[in-house]
Amino acid sequence: MDTVAASEEEAHEEHHDHGLSDVGYIKIALILGVLTAVEVATYFWDFGILEVPSLLILMVVKFQIVCSYFMHLKFDSKVFSYLFVTGLILAMAVFAAMGTSMVFWQNPSGCDLSAFC
Amino acid sequence: MWAFLGSDCLLFGSLISTYLLLRNRVGPATSGPTAADLFDIPFTSVSSFVLLMSSLTMVLAVTSIQRAEMERCKLWLLTTAALGAIFIAGQVYEFTSFYREGLGFTTNISSSAFYTLTGFHGVHVSLGIVMLVTMWALVSGGQLGPERAETIEIIGLYWHFVDIVWIVIFAVVYLIP
Repeated sequence: MDTVAASEEEAHEEHHDHGLSDVGYIKIALILGVLTAVEVATYFWDFGILEVPSLLILMVVKFQIVCSYFMHLKFDSKVFSYLFVTGLILAMAVFAAMGTSMVFWQNPSGCDLSAFC
Repeated sequence: MWAFLGSDCLLFGSLISTYLLLRNRVGPATSGPTAADLFDIPFTSVSSFVLLMSSLTMVLAVTSIQRAEMERCKLWLLTTAALGAIFIAGQVYEFTSFYREGLGFTTNISSSAFYTLTGFHGVHVSLGIVMLVTMWALVSGGQLGPERAETIEIIGLYWHFVDIVWIVIFAVVYLIP
């Protein structure tokens, strides 16, 4: 009986080692909130040529933080990261393929060649 | 779950790509405003913040069940579902106000792409709410305990995924001019 209780306790401790403490998660959420506020600030103030790059960087940082800490990818097996990143790379490939077919493969009149116009 | 999330990346990758390529095209035979003409950024910012904070309450629900704190787990699960419901209510309000401004699903190519993208995301959030309420009912009924904490962790992965998709949509669709 003691052995079972000890193994359950070990399993629980393993879960605790698996991520951050509650306070750690709250700190992460505060950081995400601040980053969102900075993102929204770009709508009210003119950041000039830095606007789009800064928005993209903030988006990637927020994405990375949620994946690493809330989704535990930082603490889990790399296999899960590979599975997820494969999906992301394929999604970007879809974007590149669609962009190529709809933007670059156009005739001088601006018509989409795939529509035979 | 990770394989499913990877494949869901493809779905949203396709929908976001479609919107980006069609965002300024109203089509030759149709007219009307584009979604970007009608965005209410302060309102959507609050919705985004609500969804972001629901990821915090979700992760707190997971840590609670791992520590066998069942009452706290139930509270965080319900809070997460409530925050998700607030987000969906905001999306319904946004869609309704856009429709009243003359932007329907078939108004132009741009509006179809916008409603399809944000609508699919809304369906994902709604399904997440159903899963969270189901988890709450199972925990309340004693059918889900700390020994099966992985179940809630897996639902949490889905919820965080819905959140990161919105992070991309909010930046790329709403904020980038």
